[in-house]
Amino acid sequence: MTGDTVTGMTRYDDDPAGARRAVTVRGLVKHYGETKALNGVDLDVAEGTVMGVLGPNGAGKTTLVRILSTLLAPDAGRATVAGYDVVRQPRQLRRVIGLTGQYASVDEKLSGRENLYLIGRLLDLSRREARARADELLERFSLAEAARRPAHTYSGGMRRRLDLAASMIGRPAVLYLDEPTTGLDPRTRNEVWDEVRSMVGEGVTVLLTTQYMEEAEQLASELTVVDRGQVIARGGIEELKAKVGGRTLRVKPADPRDLAPLAAMLDGLGITGLASPVVDAEDGVLRVPVLSDEQLTAAIGAVTARGITVSSVTTELPSLDEVFLSLTGQRAGRTQDAPAAEAREEAAA
Amino acid sequence: MSTVTAHAPVDARIPLRGHLRHTGALIRRNLLWIRQDPESMFDALLMPVAFTLLFVYVFGGSIGKALGGGQDGYVQYVIPGMIAMMSMTLSQGVGTGFSQDFNSGVMDRFRSLPIGRGSVLFAKIAVELARMLFATTLLMVVAVLVGFRITNWPGLVAAVGLSAVFASSIMWVFLTLGVTLKNAQSVQAMGFLVLFPLQFGSSIFAPTASMPGWLQAFTDYNPLSTLADAARGLMVGGPVAHGLWVTLGWSVALTAVMAPVAIRAFRTRT
Repeated sequence: MTGDTVTGMTRYDDDPAGARRAVTVRGLVKHYGETKALNGVDLDVAEGTVMGVLGPNGAGKTTLVRILSTLLAPDAGRATVAGYDVVRQPRQLRRVIGLTGQYASVDEKLSGRENLYLIGRLLDLSRREARARADELLERFSLAEAARRPAHTYSGGMRRRLDLAASMIGRPAVLYLDEPTTGLDPRTRNEVWDEVRSMVGEGVTVLLTTQYMEEAEQLASELTVVDRGQVIARGGIEELKAKVGGRTLRVKPADPRDLAPLAAMLDGLGITGLASPVVDAEDGVLRVPVLSDEQLTAAIGAVTARGITVSSVTTELPSLDEVFLSLTGQRAGRTQDAPAAEAREEAAA
Repeated sequence: MSTVTAHAPVDARIPLRGHLRHTGALIRRNLLWIRQDPESMFDALLMPVAFTLLFVYVFGGSIGKALGGGQDGYVQYVIPGMIAMMSMTLSQGVGTGFSQDFNSGVMDRFRSLPIGRGSVLFAKIAVELARMLFATTLLMVVAVLVGFRITNWPGLVAAVGLSAVFASSIMWVFLTLGVTLKNAQSVQAMGFLVLFPLQFGSSIFAPTASMPGWLQAFTDYNPLSTLADAARGLMVGGPVAHGLWVTLGWSVALTAVMAPVAIRAFRTRT
C-alpha cells in the first residue's frame, strides 16, 4: 500500500530545459494478438500545451488514450501523467485527468444536470458543491436551458458539450480529447473547438487525438503523427509543414476567364520540377506547386510578362492533409475503416 | 480550504465513507433510470401476478388433487417456491443492464474516475434487491388474494431475507456474464441456460418425491430447490434445516468465488 501513497512534491518529470512535462510516454507497446496497436510510442506533452496526436483510423490513437486513462494496461513501456505512473499509481492518476471519449460518454437517460451531479459526487464533492459545480458548468457550456431534459433528447453538439463539461468537473490537470468532433457537422465542430480553446485558456494540458488536419491546426500547438502504432513525425505545425517542403503559389486573376490560358501558359513554361498547375474554378484561383525560391520567381515573372491583371498572389504552406500524405503515402482519415466508424457513430446517436 | 485544485497532492486510498458515497450516488443513478424508463419495472410487476395466476388456476387444481390438498393446498405449497423463483429470475436483470452500460461509453467514464471498482457493481446489486423486494411484496398481495394464508410473519420475513441473500450471491454470476459478454441478448440467453434447469429441476412447482432418483439427487442440492424448501418450511411449516444450510452454503460459496471474478472482469474488460 505504501507504494500507492504520494509522499514527495516532485510530481512532474522536469525536463532538462526546465519545462514541466504533464505527460511522459516511453516505449509504449500494446498488442492485440497479432495486431500491434502501439509499437514503441514515445511522447512528451509540456504542461499547459495542446498536443495533437494525428493519425488515420487504426493508428493506435484511442489505444494510447485508453492506456493513459488507466482503462487498458500496456504490454511494455512506461507512461506517467502529472507524475503518476499509469500502472503503479492508477488511483492518483484518475484524480488528475479528464476524459472525453470518441463517442460521447454521457448517461442518455439522465438529464444534463443529473449527469454532472453524478460525476461530481463520484469525485467526492459534497452534495452542495456538486450541485453548484453542475450549474456552473451547464451555464458555461450553454446547456442551462436543457439542463433538466434527458440527454437522449440533446443534439449531437449538445451531447459533446455535456461530455466536455463532465470531464471538467474535477478540474483536471490533463484532459484527453479522443476525437472530440468525429461525426459532427462543421458548425457544431466550431462550437466544440471554441469550448476547447477556452478550457486551454484556463491552463489545462490537453492531449487531443484527431484524424482531421483542420482540427489539429485549429487547436494544437505541437503535433505527433502516428501511423500503425508508431510515431512517424513530431514537431510544431509550421515545422512539420516545412519538413515536407514545397509551397503552393496561389494566383487569382481579376477576370476568371484568364484562369485556363494562365494554367496552359505556366504548364508550357517548362520550369524544371514544376508540377502542373491546378485550376480551382470555384474560388477562381490557380494553384501552382513550387519547390524552390527560383521556381517561385520564375512563375511570378511569367505571369507578369503575360500582362494578365491579377487581383491577388499568395504563397501557402502545404495543408496537414498533404503533410500526412507525404509522410505515410496514404491519405489520412480516408482509410477503409472510416465509413465503418461513421456508421457506428450513427448507430450510437 | 477544501477547494479542489489540480495540483494538490493526491491520496490514493478511498476511505469507507468515500465508498459509501460513490455507491450511493450510483444507486441514485440506477433509480433515476427506473423513473426515466418505468417499463423496466414491468418484469417485476408482471411476473409475480402472471406466474401466481398461471400456477394456481391452470395447474393448481390437478397438482393439488394429486397432492391431496386441492387447489387451496397447492396455493400454500407453491407460493413460497414463487418467492424463491423470483429471486433468481429478477437477478438476471443485473447482467443485462451492465452490458448496455458498457456499450455506451458510460462505463469508460466511471472506470476512469477515482472510485472503487466495486462501487458500480454494489450499486447495481442494491437496486436489483430493492426491485426484488418490491416484486415480492406484490407477489404476497396477489398470493393473499388467491387464498394464501400468512400464518407466520417472522417466518415470511426470514424466507424473504434468505431469498435476498441467495439472490445477491447469484447476481455476481450474472454480473460476470454481463461484464464479459458483448451484448444484452447473449447475457439473457446465457442467463436462461443457467436458470432453466435450476428452476424446473426443483421442488418449486411440485414435490420431488415422485421424481426419478437421479433428479432427486440433483434437487437435493439445487440451491433454488433448497431455497424453496426452506422458504416453505419457514412460511407454512415443515423441515427447514437442510434447505437453509444448503442455500446459505451456496450463497457463501458463490459470493466468495464469483464476487472477485466479477470485480476482476470489470476492472480488466477492455
